[in-house]
Amino acid sequence: MQPAPQNSSPMSASNLAREGLGRSWQILVTVQSGLREIWAHKFRSLLTMLGIILGVSSLVAMSALVAGMEKGAKESLVAIGGLEKVRVEAQDVPIEQRHLTDDAIGITINDVYALRRSAPLVTRTSPEMRLWATVSAHDKKFRPWFCCGVWPVALEMNEHVIEYGRMFNELDDEMARSVCVIGTATRDKIWGSPEELGREVNPVGEILFINHVPFTVIGMFQHYESQRDRKERELAKAHPEQQKTGGVARNNRRRGSWVFYLKNATVYLPLNTVWMKFRSGATRAAISSGNGMAVGATGDPRLSGLEFKVASIDTLTEAIQQARNVLMCTHRGIEDFSFRTQEDWAEQIKTFVHNARLSGGLIAGISLLVGGIGIMNIMLASISERVREIGIRKSVGAGTGDIFIQILVESVVIAVLGGLVGLAASYALVYLIGQFSPTDNAPIVSLTALCLAFGASALIGVLAGIIPAVKAARLNPIEALKYE
Amino acid sequence: MALVELRNVSKTYHLGEEVIRALDDISLDIEHGEFISIIGPSGSGKSTLMHILGCLDSPTQGTINLDGVMIHAASPRQLAAIRNRKIGFVFQFFNLLPKLNVMQNVELPMIYSGIPGRERRQRAMAALEAVNLANRARHRPSQLSGGQQQRAAIARALVNNPRIVFADEPTGNLDSHTGDAILQLFRKLSQEGRTIILVTHDPEIAAVTPRRIEIRDGKIAAKADATLAGLDRSPRPAPMPAVQVPAQSPGSGC
Repeated sequence: MQPAPQNSSPMSASNLAREGLGRSWQILVTVQSGLREIWAHKFRSLLTMLGIILGVSSLVAMSALVAGMEKGAKESLVAIGGLEKVRVEAQDVPIEQRHLTDDAIGITINDVYALRRSAPLVTRTSPEMRLWATVSAHDKKFRPWFCCGVWPVALEMNEHVIEYGRMFNELDDEMARSVCVIGTATRDKIWGSPEELGREVNPVGEILFINHVPFTVIGMFQHYESQRDRKERELAKAHPEQQKTGGVARNNRRRGSWVFYLKNATVYLPLNTVWMKFRSGATRAAISSGNGMAVGATGDPRLSGLEFKVASIDTLTEAIQQARNVLMCTHRGIEDFSFRTQEDWAEQIKTFVHNARLSGGLIAGISLLVGGIGIMNIMLASISERVREIGIRKSVGAGTGDIFIQILVESVVIAVLGGLVGLAASYALVYLIGQFSPTDNAPIVSLTALCLAFGASALIGVLAGIIPAVKAARLNPIEALKYE
Repeated sequence: MALVELRNVSKTYHLGEEVIRALDDISLDIEHGEFISIIGPSGSGKSTLMHILGCLDSPTQGTINLDGVMIHAASPRQLAAIRNRKIGFVFQFFNLLPKLNVMQNVELPMIYSGIPGRERRQRAMAALEAVNLANRARHRPSQLSGGQQQRAAIARALVNNPRIVFADEPTGNLDSHTGDAILQLFRKLSQEGRTIILVTHDPEIAAVTPRRIEIRDGKIAAKADATLAGLDRSPRPAPMPAVQVPAQSPGSGC
């Protein structure tokens, strides 16, 4: 038997000193009893958690998808030369200068020299003379997307890397040699791809007919692909038995990564060679242009465009203004050219990502809200079931705060458990989306998104628990004890 | 100084237009170690008196000094702490939490006084031993008989070493034999020095206690019940009457 009550008052100093320690103990006990409560109603709790599970997993999966798309888009942006690249293209003269159309000279090699000379903000300038070409060899034909005459500088300009052989140099250009550098798409079509042959073909030294004119292949670019393609290709290499299915999947994916495909379907020729072999004399371009002034004895001197790079993205606007001034001068004030930057594209990516985040976040937010309402609903039902229990707890000395904390903790425990399950479910969801994904971009599950989603679920638990907890804490103990 | 001092305590309820005086100007002293019964028919105000003494309710008027604390002016938070440390309740329907086992039920008051787990278990086990229920510690209340459940409830009421134990019709839901055993347990506790207040409508149960307070229409009745005359001031408890207590509402199938 315990000592008689006269001897030891329960309100002793040691008891009060224990208070601080007791509180933290109590939270543990409360969490325990919350878990017990959830376990006692397994199915009901699972249904309650479902809203939170769906909300959390959709939040994570959505952000993973958007992050994947953003990364893919940025990869493509870098693959076509990055933000610092500006294209100058020919354009119809504006309406107020229509009467000067005949004096418009188009973009010529003079512009390239002028830019190099007079626009210090422009670091690199590359002319290009595009050719609508069909390449053929061994009775096989291929229409490369981009066949044009360039200076050797185009290699750096468009972020090309030579895999085999070499890029043509100034001397090749000067001598107008019949040489070309091709991308892997051309090689795959004419000589066969490594997937088909099981080995890499090196086309350097082969003869390639471009519009029936023989050229010697002196170099080949490396195969460009997104990081995911590369990973899958390496995986397929490591597991040869899966190679066939891998190959099929890759052909499908080519449509997705069109930027990389187009880059692979490039053929570079020396600028002078294109000019000499295809533009001078009576070529199609010269006849169809019908521009007597421009077409001289040496043919059509016009370029299809030129590209320049600026040192940094910060000076892009100033550099374009500088280039405009220079070109206005060389074009005698006739504005028959326009600038095209990748900024529009970058802007589009940004807008798209923003919109996708917003709409996805809205859907996930609504789902979380519904989950929160579900928790609140079930907590309200639960406390009206447990009025008597609350009365008993109050009669043995539970204060208003104790009951409030108990109900709040139960609500938070449900939400947090739901959040944890939701995080696991989000990985499954991301995997599923990856399997059926129409895009080429692998979703990226970020730690930030995980933390955010988990935090949101905990917050929802707190918010959903407040009203039931207040209601429970306010119960009158006498009436609660009478309640049947 | 008395353990409990009530001075001119009134409690009124408003039921629409009507004012109900549940307690009407009650003054009362209860000493340490007393074994008292509060009796009265239903509606007499005895439950209200117990609720006010047990810090579950506050009076409309008057002052109450419980063990040096003026509880008529205490905040709900203070009242909860007093219920926790100074008061133990035993109810007619046992009021054990069905989802917890007996041990956890007995530990419950100590959870709210912030006592660490090990000490909680030790004290709960000691309290269960005191009511002879240590071998049922891991059982759920639903697995126990009514008498065992009531003993578990008594263990819970005692575990925090309260100054006063209130028993509200503690035998009301038990058969007469088990009820007698529970009353014997209260007597034993009283002999050990506990202050126990037994609330009942049954004079025969009230006869167990040395002192009886009869409430009628919210007031302490001027004269004790005729059947109890002469026992009012007896220093020792009257011997247990050998009369069969009629079994009321045999709810819990003992």
